[in-house]
Amino acid sequence: MSIIVNDLAKFYGDSKAVDDISFEVHSGEILGFLGPNGAGKTTTMRIITCYLSPNRGSVSVEGYDVLKESLAVRKLVGYLPEQNPLYGDMNVLEYLDYMAKLQGVVKPLIPRRMKDMIEACGLGEMKHKDINQLSKGYRQRVGLAAAMIHDPKVLILDEPTSGLDPNQIVEIRSLIKELGKQKTVILSTHILSEVQAACNRVIIINRGKIVADGPIDDLQRSLHGGEKILLEVEIPTVQSFDMVALQIKAIPAVETVSLIEESNNIKKLNIETSSAVDIRRDLFSLCLTKGWTLLEMHRIQTSLEDIFRQLTSDSAK
Amino acid sequence: MKYSHIKHVFAKELRSFFNSPVAYIVIVVYLAILGWFFVSNLFINNISTLRTVFEMTPFLLLFFAPAMTMRLISEEKKTGTLELLMTKPVSEGEIIMGKYLASLALYFFTLLPTLCYYITIVIIGELDTGAVIGGYIGLLLVGGVFLAISVFGSSLTENQVVAFIVSLFIVFALFMLDKILFYLPTSIASILEYISIDYHFSNIARGVIDTRDIIYYFSMIGFSLLLATNVLQRRRWA
Repeated sequence: MSIIVNDLAKFYGDSKAVDDISFEVHSGEILGFLGPNGAGKTTTMRIITCYLSPNRGSVSVEGYDVLKESLAVRKLVGYLPEQNPLYGDMNVLEYLDYMAKLQGVVKPLIPRRMKDMIEACGLGEMKHKDINQLSKGYRQRVGLAAAMIHDPKVLILDEPTSGLDPNQIVEIRSLIKELGKQKTVILSTHILSEVQAACNRVIIINRGKIVADGPIDDLQRSLHGGEKILLEVEIPTVQSFDMVALQIKAIPAVETVSLIEESNNIKKLNIETSSAVDIRRDLFSLCLTKGWTLLEMHRIQTSLEDIFRQLTSDSAK
Repeated sequence: MKYSHIKHVFAKELRSFFNSPVAYIVIVVYLAILGWFFVSNLFINNISTLRTVFEMTPFLLLFFAPAMTMRLISEEKKTGTLELLMTKPVSEGEIIMGKYLASLALYFFTLLPTLCYYITIVIIGELDTGAVIGGYIGLLLVGGVFLAISVFGSSLTENQVVAFIVSLFIVFALFMLDKILFYLPTSIASILEYISIDYHFSNIARGVIDTRDIIYYFSMIGFSLLLATNVLQRRRWA
């Protein structure tokens, strides 16, 4: 187990930023840390990286406790803070060199590590430029390169793609995925597609508490019990919607049928089932026996957006 | 405390002093002001002495020490780079020490050109070398205290102007203590006299190096740096 968080709590004055959360991260896992702004993502990450000390509970990274063996933890962890702070008056090479030295990379290894990171993050053309002159995308790459300069076992990235344009987001994401193969990665974001694209597990946190934890597929299944199917059929004989609905409801597990659109003989329907049964075959054979022309049928998966909104809006009230 | 960690922080800070206008402004302005006093004393009063260097420097340092150090920590707080620094395997004490030594080095480089005055005077007149050496040691110690206090001032806030003013206030108070003793009852006067920076400096400037003065300076430096370290450590519990 790479990271173990146990009953962690952190207060800022009276307000609880993190409220008794526990989770574990295996080595090699890419964990997405999801939540609305102010949910406690950054605070949790700051505690894992030893920037803040917990008020209660314990966190251990690769077996080292963040309070008692803070320096050992900090040696193992690569951290990209929120807002990606950098020393603007240094150029990329100077900056990476300084970070490598502070991380305790042994001197003969530094040039090699710097070269590798510059290559991996595509900074070759920018390496002599002052960081102040770099665009946001390049600054982000510098931050990532610096976070990984010592080849850390654990990588903590706080909103690594915030403020980037869509192309840069895709680039950074694939970079994380590529470099994160042999590492334990925790990545925070409030962009849901990012988690879907890069992570194999997600923790949703709201108001300092974990509201969901698991692989994305499982979450989608467990949160929305049934399935949604969109069906568009052409019915040769004139039939009212109610009659059609009745026939469809004859299929077991179908719970509701609602009409989305109707024009001439074409009806667009939304069908929901009570449990996660695939009823597409039944629908197809129904169309066959009734002589309906099937124009469109597809299964609507509950998106992470839906899950997220469900989980975080209830408790916000 | 690990020497190599301090060295990395020190090297980075010293370089950013000289990469920015800070170092050059400090050095030029200091030498310009001091030069004027030195030259006017030399030519107008016809006295061959380094007294102006030793008398003016602590006074100028009241402003220069806070100015040199004000950005050291407050800027890192403002830009967020302190978070980078504090999540590296480097202790708070090492960070403070590295930054403090860098400011001390800048101060040393500022003081270095005043050796020209010494050389000039040795050529044209007579000088008590012992007093000069004592004077320079005293200047380094006074500067050391002012800078340490100012590093502490810089650790308190993310606003450089506030850092400057807080540091200026503290060093000014310590500097002025000696001058207001006259108005105070003798019982507390002796205590305040001991705390006052100028009192110890005047001993050393005369060429008398007393361990009591040395202990005073080093304890002031140590105490200030400890406070600054403590301020950083407390952030983790914020």
